[in-house]
Amino acid sequence: MEDPYQVIHDTTFRLLKKAVTELPSDIKAALEAASRNETDETAKTQLSAILTNLDIAATGVPMCQDTGIMIFYVKVGVKFPYMGEIKEALTNASRKATAEVPIRPNAVNPIVGGNSGDNTGVKIPWINWEIVDGDSVEITAFPKGGGSENVSIVGMLKPGVGLIGVKKLVVDNALSYMGKACSPNIIGVGIGGGSDIAIKIAKQQLLRPLNDKHPEPEVAKIEEELMDAINSTGIGPMGLGGKTTVLGVKVDYAMRHPASLPVGVAVQCWASRRSAAIIAKDLKVTYLTHPMEGN
Amino acid sequence: MVEYHLTTPISEEDARKLKAGDVIYVTGEHVYTARDEAHERALHMYEKGEKPPVDFEGSVIYHVGPVAWQKDGKWIIVSAGPTTSIRMELFEDEFLRKYKARILVGKGGMGKKTLDALNEVGAVYCSYTGGCGALAAKGLKEVRAYLWDDLGMPEALWVITAEDFGPLLVTMDSHGNSMHDDMDKIVASRKADVYARIGVKE
Repeated sequence: MEDPYQVIHDTTFRLLKKAVTELPSDIKAALEAASRNETDETAKTQLSAILTNLDIAATGVPMCQDTGIMIFYVKVGVKFPYMGEIKEALTNASRKATAEVPIRPNAVNPIVGGNSGDNTGVKIPWINWEIVDGDSVEITAFPKGGGSENVSIVGMLKPGVGLIGVKKLVVDNALSYMGKACSPNIIGVGIGGGSDIAIKIAKQQLLRPLNDKHPEPEVAKIEEELMDAINSTGIGPMGLGGKTTVLGVKVDYAMRHPASLPVGVAVQCWASRRSAAIIAKDLKVTYLTHPMEGN
Repeated sequence: MVEYHLTTPISEEDARKLKAGDVIYVTGEHVYTARDEAHERALHMYEKGEKPPVDFEGSVIYHVGPVAWQKDGKWIIVSAGPTTSIRMELFEDEFLRKYKARILVGKGGMGKKTLDALNEVGAVYCSYTGGCGALAAKGLKEVRAYLWDDLGMPEALWVITAEDFGPLLVTMDSHGNSMHDDMDKIVASRKADVYARIGVKE
C-alpha cells in the first residue's frame, strides 16, 4: 500500500502547481466571454493581455508573480483514517512547490520581519478545517494574492441600515478601490454571524463556481443586483474603463446577533486560483478542478 | 495613441514626448525592479551621500516582486507582473527628483505627488496589466544582477536587460494628464445610476 502521507503530500503539490499555472475552466471561460463582450479599446487590450498570459502560464509558469499566501480548505471525513498526516503534508508540499514550481516566498514575519523563504511559518499555511461525514478528505488549495486581499473589508453595520446598507457597503468598496485589485474581480460577501464569521463566509464564497447561484432566491437576487450595479460603474478591467468590473458576486449568510449586522467583503483578482482534489480512504485521488489528462 | 519602441537610457526629451494613451515597448539594460524597500533604501543612500550600485538616470523602474529561479548558476525571471504602485506614492516623487528615472511601470496608477514630480522631472508612469506575470517575463530577457538580496526576492533590486518589454500603456504623463484621475471622474459621474440599481438614494 502507498504511504498515506506521501499521497496527501504529492496530491497537494499538484494542486498548488495547477492552481498557480492554470485557472479553473469556469474562470477562464468568463474571461474569454468578457473579452468578446468588451467594446472599449483599453479594456480589450487588458483582457487580451490576460488571455495571452494564461496561454503562456499553461506551459507551467505561474500566471502571476504573486503566487499568494498559502491557504487551504480541508473537509475531512470523520472516518478518514489519515487525519494526522494532513497538516504536515500540506506544509511540506508548500515548501516543495516554492522550490520546484517555483512560487514566490510570501511568508513574512510581521513582528521581527524577514521572509521565511519557503512559504511556511507561524500559522502558515493556514488551514480552514471542516469536519464532515464520510471517510475521504477534500483538499482545496487556495493561494490568495495580496493586492485583492488588501481591499477586502469587514463592516460592522447598524442593523437599521438593512439589506440596502449591506449592498451599499459592497458597492462603495468596489468604487473605492477602482479596479486596483486586478479587476475583473470576483466578490464574496458574508452577512451576519460576527466579524470573523462574516469575513470567513465571504472568503468561502470565492470557492463557488461562477455559474453557481445561491439556492435561496432572495440571496440569488442580491448576487445579481450587486453584479449588475458594480458592472454599471464602468471601472472595467484593471480600472482603466470597460463593461467588465466583476465576473461574479457570491453571497451567503449566517444568523446575526440582534444588535449587529456584520458584513464581510472578500475580493478576488481575476487570477482566481483554486484547485481541489478528493483523497479516498483507499488513497485513490480524484482531481476536481484540474482533472488528470486522459480521465 | 502612438506606439513607441524605446531604448534605454531614455532622455528627458523622449520622456516628455510621451502622452497618456500612448503605448511603449522598452529595450535595454537600464531596467530595474523596485518596490517599497528598494525605494526606501535608495533614498536613504542619497541622504547619506552614498552611491547606489546602479545608475537610475534614464531608467525604467518596474514596481514588481518577481518570481525568479537559478538555473546553472544564472538567475531567470519566471513570472513578473506589476504590483500595486500607490504604495510607492510615499517615496516616488523624491526618488524621481533625486535619481531621474524616466519610466515608472506598475499597476493601478499613482497620486498627485507623483504626477507633479513626473511633470517636474520629465517622466511617465505606465500601467502594465496586473497579474500578467508570465507575459511580462517574456520581455525581461536577462537578469544581470540580483542586488540587495537581503531584502528578499520580492523586494530586492533586480538588474534586468529588457527586450520589447510591453505593451506599457502610458496612463500618467509629464503634462499633468492621468487616465486614472479621468476614470475617477467618469465613475463618479455614474454613481447615482449605480446606487439606483441597489435602491440607495443619495
